[in-house]
Amino acid sequence: MPDRRLIALGVAAVACMVAFLLTGLRGNIAFVLELRAIKLAALLQVGVSIAISTVIFQTVTGNRILTPSIMGLDALYLFGQMLMVFLLGGIGYVSLDPWLKFGVEILTLMALACTLLLPMLKRRLDMGLMLLAGVILGVLFRSLHSLLARLIDPNEFAVAQSASFANFNAVRSDLLIFATLVTAGAAVLAWRARHILDIVSLGSDAATSLGISWVRTVTGLLLLVSGSVAVSTALVGPVAFFGLLVVALAERIVDTRRHAVLLPAAALIAIVVLVGGQTLFQHALGNSSALSVVIEFIGGILFLLLLILGSRR
Amino acid sequence: MTIISVDTPTRRRLVAGLGLAILFLASLSVGVGEFSLARVVNDPEALQLLLISRLPRTLAAVLAGAGLAIAGLIMQTLAQNRFVEPSTAGTAQSAELGILLATLLLPAASLPIKTLVASGAAMAGTSVFLMTAHRLPPTQPFLVPLFGIVYGGVIGAAATFAAWHADLLQFLSVWTNGDFSGVLRGRYELLWFAALTVAIAWLVADRLTIMALGRDASIGLGINHARMMQLGLVVVSVISALTVVVVGMIPFVGLVVPNIVSRLMGDNLRGTIVCVAASGSGLVLGCDIIGRIIRFPYEIPVGTVMGVVGGLVFLWLLFRRPDHA
Amino acid sequence: MIRIENVSLRYRTTPILHDIDLTIPKGGVTALIGPNGAGKSSLLSLIARLQPLQTGSITIDGLGVDSTPSPELAKVVALLRQDSVIASRLRVRELVGFGRFPHGRGRLTQEDCNIVNQSLRQLDLTDFADRFMETLSGGQRQRALVAMTLAQGTDYILLDEPLNNLDMYYARTLMQALRAIADENGKTVVIVLHDINQASAYADRIVAMKGGRVVGDGTPAAIFTPDVLEGIFGFRMRVETFDGKPLVLHHL
Ligand SMILES: Nc1ncnc2c1ncn2[C@@H]1O[C@H](COP(=O)(O)OP(=O)(O)OP(=O)(O)O)[C@@H](O)[C@H]1O
Ligand SMILES: [Mg+2]
Repeated sequence: MPDRRLIALGVAAVACMVAFLLTGLRGNIAFVLELRAIKLAALLQVGVSIAISTVIFQTVTGNRILTPSIMGLDALYLFGQMLMVFLLGGIGYVSLDPWLKFGVEILTLMALACTLLLPMLKRRLDMGLMLLAGVILGVLFRSLHSLLARLIDPNEFAVAQSASFANFNAVRSDLLIFATLVTAGAAVLAWRARHILDIVSLGSDAATSLGISWVRTVTGLLLLVSGSVAVSTALVGPVAFFGLLVVALAERIVDTRRHAVLLPAAALIAIVVLVGGQTLFQHALGNSSALSVVIEFIGGILFLLLLILGSRR
Repeated sequence: MTIISVDTPTRRRLVAGLGLAILFLASLSVGVGEFSLARVVNDPEALQLLLISRLPRTLAAVLAGAGLAIAGLIMQTLAQNRFVEPSTAGTAQSAELGILLATLLLPAASLPIKTLVASGAAMAGTSVFLMTAHRLPPTQPFLVPLFGIVYGGVIGAAATFAAWHADLLQFLSVWTNGDFSGVLRGRYELLWFAALTVAIAWLVADRLTIMALGRDASIGLGINHARMMQLGLVVVSVISALTVVVVGMIPFVGLVVPNIVSRLMGDNLRGTIVCVAASGSGLVLGCDIIGRIIRFPYEIPVGTVMGVVGGLVFLWLLFRRPDHA
Repeated sequence: MIRIENVSLRYRTTPILHDIDLTIPKGGVTALIGPNGAGKSSLLSLIARLQPLQTGSITIDGLGVDSTPSPELAKVVALLRQDSVIASRLRVRELVGFGRFPHGRGRLTQEDCNIVNQSLRQLDLTDFADRFMETLSGGQRQRALVAMTLAQGTDYILLDEPLNNLDMYYARTLMQALRAIADENGKTVVIVLHDINQASAYADRIVAMKGGRVVGDGTPAAIFTPDVLEGIFGFRMRVETFDGKPLVLHHL
């Protein structure tokens, strides 16, 4: 039964991609097509990385309303980036090889994420406390980010602005090849870990008695999550509630927490929402930068609902 | 008997007052313009600078800080949760949305009128928060601020969307990120209302303390619980709207100040409310001074500095070991 | 006199209290007993206007609890809740001082201070007066809450299971203190007790509740018989007479 739903989701995703590529083609068709293909590739990666990172993060933390970005991971990425600019100086930073730069940024995020989150996961703190701490960490890193931005260039207000919302239009296509490698790697790893993830979702005690080395596994999964977050944030900027929205929808549709089904379902839904939404906003509503705000709005409300409903149970 | 911390409230109050006075003078002397306090006496230009820019800026920081700290205190009393304040309860964001709508729909209205609209919006937004927060389980105190932060984020997203549509994003960032650099004589006087609200809070301090004991205890002692809730709501909303409109939102003040004062002096507000106000002033003034000197001659907005300082203190408050098991 | 007429209460569709008619005369100690969930706390919270009356009427010395201004009632009746939690960082003396709020609206006169000190002494709290509440033990905290209720200085004092957390010494001391203020100051004490031997030793009158109804009302000697007790609590217990008062061997 879930298989049939997965196929339906796959068909929907392909339809969205085709619509994205072909709607309203005009002018120099080859050129426009190439442009759109690049953008599509970026959107696919964003969707897949956010879906993967959110599913795994929820499984590891044993919590359905956590996402990496609610815990401040994307703010952390932006902060790490700004820290590099600060330490290397604007020119030194720009002259770095973009691959090297991105590689270092991903490694920085992985290191920071593990130092910050591992202690929490080992102790399995009260979930409310953990969430709140994460949100505050997010605020803190955003403030640090804009503080550094101003220290580097006091007149550059745009830098601080850019950190607040994702922009699915201005995709960083220079990173595309590298990001593709990371996303593909993360997807393969996540897929291979699907059975382990099922066990991890039982919690540390049960998983340990089933022969899983908890700390090692969780560390590995966190690294995977950090890599995916870095990709999506680098490509389009921070997206707070998109992952939550996507995974909640996926769970609704395939009605299982089995990762062999949930992972692909979440990725496909992410693609449908992102690519389909982008097509819709671009052609039907005539402005596409609003998509991220709308997604955040709906995702935020969903989060509040989950919080209230979940706590009543 | 175990060790009791022998408190010397008078000395603490003295220290707080002295600190505030030093910060006040420092704030008067730090800035780009050529200026020293000694020259004010016989240099009319320096006096002008003092009266038009430095003094208003300093007063604005003092007033906003005191107001926000008191607003946080009242908010915590009403929600019976130590971790809420105007910026973690949707109040400030609602005020932002309100002032944005006022600017869009009533472009000709005067600033006080727009502030009134913003206060109304803040009140509506905060009421919704308080009603909903009630449904969260009291056994999980951290859910309430979490809910409030995301709730504020959703309202903020709505404001961003509206501002972006109307091409007012520039304005919005003025309201979302507190900054005293634009404060001049004639542009901050509305903030004196914050002083008024502090006075009100002082007058009803006992009632507020009892409200913090819970609904049943306050009714048992003959307090009109519903009316106090409404009064608190009005005070919190007005203070938040005033700061948002005049200088922009400053996060965390209302959160960290009352918590630290409570740790040092307890929760008998009759004795602590003045300290809360003074410490709020001191914190905002201090952060503003830091923002002015850290990248001299450029300025870093107080909202950004406070995001870092306040965020760190908040995390410390969250993770410090409780004083009792 | 507390006069309760035709009072019923329901939460949504669940009936909690059924047509309660009860008169508690002025002066003396009345003990309210009954199994868990009988409706004792609900009845007390209606008397103390903590929730609105749904039907019927309750008057205290002729003052209707739903029509008299709340600040007035606060000088007439005080209630200690079964599950009071104090989250504020207050010193014991400050907390007890807030019991005087209805009289001076926050200004403590010399007389107020004397009353506060007297309550502190009655509950043997003088040594703890300047400690923060959260640094006290459970029983000490309970005593502070009782002291606050007594400091309110009302003619009618409603106490919902005040012996919770108290050791035998302080349970006895509190009951003796309540007896004393009833006898010497003419106060009316209504107290929910699960220890029926305390009720037997110190109360003038027993009101028994079960399933939202009053099922017994009389002197200890009249209520504490094996038959009546079995009707209330659902099992048979031996009752002896000791010093002229019933002694219930309910634990055997
Ligand atoms: N807020 C509420 N919502 C629904 N039902 C309630 C509520 N409060 C109490 N009840 C129900 O009302 C009944 C009476 O409760 P009450 O607290 O008055 O009992 P009690 O006699 O004080 O018991 P105990 O000896 O356990 O304190 C119980 O069955 C309880 O489940
Ligand atoms: Mg009870």
